[in-house]
Amino acid sequence: MSHLPKALVLFAHPEPKRSVANKALLKVIRNLDNVTVRDLYAYYPDFFINAHREHQLLRDHEVIIFQFPIHTYSCPALMKEWIDRVLNLQFAGSIGANELSGKRFRLVVTAGATESNYQPGGSVGYTFDDILLPFRIMAKACGMEWVDPMIIYRARRLEEDELQQHALKYAEWLSVSAEEDSE
Amino acid sequence: MDTSPQLIAVLVFLSVAVLAVPLAKRIGIGAVLGYLVAGIAIGPWGFRLINDVDEILHFSEMGVVLLLFVIGLELNPAKLWKMRKPIFGLGTAQVLITSAVLCGLLYWAGFGLSAAIIGAIGLSMSSTAMALQLMKEKGMRGDGGQSGFAVLLFQDMAVVPALALVPILAGTGGTGADWFTILSKVVGLAILVLGCRYLLRPIFRYVAASGVREVFTATALLVVLGAAVLMQQIGFSMALGTFLAGVLLAESEYQHELEVAIEPFKGLLLGLFFISVGMVLNLGVFYSHILQVLVGVCVLLLVKSVVLYGLARFFRINRSERLQFSAVLSQGGEFAFVLFAAAKSQNIFNSEQIAMLLVVVTISMMTTPILMQLVDKILARRYNPGDEPTQASDVEDDEPQVIVVGFGRFGQVIGRLLMANEIRLTVLERDVSQVSILRSYGYKVYYGDATELDLLRAAGAEKAKAIIIASDLPEETMTVVRLCQQYFPNLSILARARGRVEAHELLSAGVELFSRETFSSALDLGRKALIDLGMHPHQAYRAQQYFKRLDENMLRELVPVRQGEVQQISRVAEARRELENLFQREIQHDSKLSDAWDLDDEVQEARHEERD
Repeated sequence: MSHLPKALVLFAHPEPKRSVANKALLKVIRNLDNVTVRDLYAYYPDFFINAHREHQLLRDHEVIIFQFPIHTYSCPALMKEWIDRVLNLQFAGSIGANELSGKRFRLVVTAGATESNYQPGGSVGYTFDDILLPFRIMAKACGMEWVDPMIIYRARRLEEDELQQHALKYAEWLSVSAEEDSE
Repeated sequence: MDTSPQLIAVLVFLSVAVLAVPLAKRIGIGAVLGYLVAGIAIGPWGFRLINDVDEILHFSEMGVVLLLFVIGLELNPAKLWKMRKPIFGLGTAQVLITSAVLCGLLYWAGFGLSAAIIGAIGLSMSSTAMALQLMKEKGMRGDGGQSGFAVLLFQDMAVVPALALVPILAGTGGTGADWFTILSKVVGLAILVLGCRYLLRPIFRYVAASGVREVFTATALLVVLGAAVLMQQIGFSMALGTFLAGVLLAESEYQHELEVAIEPFKGLLLGLFFISVGMVLNLGVFYSHILQVLVGVCVLLLVKSVVLYGLARFFRINRSERLQFSAVLSQGGEFAFVLFAAAKSQNIFNSEQIAMLLVVVTISMMTTPILMQLVDKILARRYNPGDEPTQASDVEDDEPQVIVVGFGRFGQVIGRLLMANEIRLTVLERDVSQVSILRSYGYKVYYGDATELDLLRAAGAEKAKAIIIASDLPEETMTVVRLCQQYFPNLSILARARGRVEAHELLSAGVELFSRETFSSALDLGRKALIDLGMHPHQAYRAQQYFKRLDENMLRELVPVRQGEVQQISRVAEARRELENLFQREIQHDSKLSDAWDLDDEVQEARHEERD
C-alpha cells in the first residue's frame, strides 16, 4: 500500500453558497481520505485567524492547496489575511525557521471570464501567470515546490459534466501526486 | 359632594410618601427611614392627619405578607432545602440566646416572669420588612445576606409557637392537647400544599387564557390573601402562609407573571407599613420616659447585635460581612406588635409596659438604617486604602487608570479584559462579600456607594482617564454620570445601559460610549441560530454586523423628543418595520457586491444592456 501524503485544501470564498464550480469541486475531493478541506470563511467569519492552529495544520500536511475564486485579480480578502497572519517570519519566512520547505503547493482558481480575456489582447490583458505571480513568489520564499495551478475559466457557465471532468481531474491529481511522491 | 374619609386618608398617605421618600433618598438616609419619618409626621403625635393607627397597621401588615410571597416565589423547595442548616441552626440559636438574655434583663427591670418571657421573645424577632429592604439597598448578596434571610425566615416560623405560648403563660390556655385544633392545623396545611400544587395551575391557566390582565392580577392577589387568611384561621402567621404558597408556586410556569402582578402592591403596602410603624411611635411615652427608652433601645441593639456577631463568628460567616449581618437584624420587628397585642389582651402586660416596649421596638427600627450607615463607614475605613498622596505624586506614571463601578457579572468581564491588557484598574463595589474576594485576588477595590463624591475622589477620579459604570441600577448609573460630568470632566464616561430606554437616557446626558447589557450577547446567539439553520458562518456574521449597525443608528435617530408616549410607541413600531426593510435591502446588496469584479461575459453583457 502506497503512502498517501496528506493534502490540505484551504478554501476561501465569501459567498460559498453562490459558487457553482467550487461547490462541484469540493463535493468530489471532500471524500478523499488524505484530503482535509477547510472553508476559511466558515472558520473565521470575523477574520480573526488563529495562526497557532493553522501552523499545526500546515505541519500535519505535505501538500498545500489554496482554492479560491479570483476576486479583483487576486484572492479573496480572508485568504490574504490568512497569508499575512499565518506565513509569518518565525514560521515560514525565508530567514530563520522554515517549516514549509519541501511541501508541494498548488493553486486551484476559478474565474468567471473565458481564457481569451486573460490574454495580452483580451479584456484583462494579462495572463494568469502574471496575476498569480505574487503567490509564486510567496511559495518560493517559503521553500515550497510550485505545482502548475489548475485554472477553471467560465466557472459559472460550465455544464454539469464539464464541471465533473474538472473535479475528477482535481481528485486524480490529489491521488497521483501521492504516487509521484512515493516513487 | 362628600369625599369619604378613607379617600382623604389615601391621599394623605400617597402625598406624604411622594414627598418624604425622594427627599430622604436625596439626603441619603434611605427610603425606609423616609417612610418612618413621614409616618411620625402624619400620625397622632405629629400633625394628627390620621388617627386610626391600629387599623392601618393591621392593614399594612399585608405589605409584609406580600413581601414574603414574592420571596417564596424565588425560592423553590430545593433551594429552601439547601438552606435548612442556616435556617434551623443559626435561626434557632439567635432566637433562643437573644430571648434568654433579654428575658433576664426584663425580669431584672421589674417585669413579671410571663411578661419578661413574651417580651424577650417578641424583641428577639427582627423586622423582616426592614431588614430585607436594607439588605437589598446595601447589595448584601453574599453569605451575610443569605444568613440574614435564613434567620428572618426562622423568626417567621417561630411566631407560631410564640403566639401559642401566650395563653399558656397567661394561664388561660387549654391543656394544649386539643386534638381538634391540631387536626384543623394539619388539614389546613394540607389544603394549602395540595391546593398550591394541583389546583392553582389549572386555575391560572384558565384565567391566563382569558387574556384579561386585571383578572390575572386579581387571581394572584386572591391566592396570596386566601393563603394568608387560611393560615391565620388555623393559627399560623399570615406571612408564613404566603411564604409557603410562594415556595410551592416557585416552580410553576406562572412564577414570573405572579411576581410581576404582586410587585407593585407589595411595594406600596410595604411603604404603608413603614409609614404606619412611624405613626405608632408614641411620642408621649417617649418624652415622659426618655431615659428609660433610650437605655432600652441601646440595650436591645447591643444584645441583639452582639449575639448575632458572635453567632456569625461561630457559623463562619465571612469576616467582612459579620458587621452588616449583625446590624441589619439588630432591631425589633413587626411581629413584636402582633405578639404584644396578643399578650396585652391576655393581661400579661400592663398598658405602661406595652407602650414602653412598642416605643423601644419602633425606635430600634429607626436606628437600623442609621446603624447600617455607620457600618458602611467602618467597612469603608477598613477596606478602603487611605489616601496615598505622597506615593502618588512621587512617581509620575502615565499608565492610564480606569475606575470600574460595580464588579458584578458585567463589570467582571470588562475588568478581566482590561487587566489582561495591563490597564490599571480601580474597582468600586458595594457588596462587601465581593470586596473581600476581589481583594484576595489582588484587585484594588474600594467599598462603598459610587454615588458618593468622596468615594469617587478617594478612588482617584481626578487623575483617572476613564470611568466604566457597570452598575445594574439605571438610577445609580445616571447619578454617577452626572457627578462625573460635574466634578471630573477629565474622565471619559463609559456606561452599561439596561436597554433602549436607558440608552436614550445616556445619550441625552451626552454619554456616547455605552453598551446595552444584553444586546451584543443576544445578537451573538442570533448569529449562532442563523448558522444552525444553515447559513454560512461568514454570512451570518455579516448579517449580525449589519443588524447591529442599523439598530444602533436607529437608536440614535429615535432619541425621544418627549412628545407623548403613544406617539413614541408608534414611532418605535414604524422604526422596527423600517429596520427590517433596510436590513433586507442591505443584505441583498451585500451579496451582489461580491460579483463586482470578475464577472463572466454573460452577466457583464446583461449589465451593459441595463445601463444603455
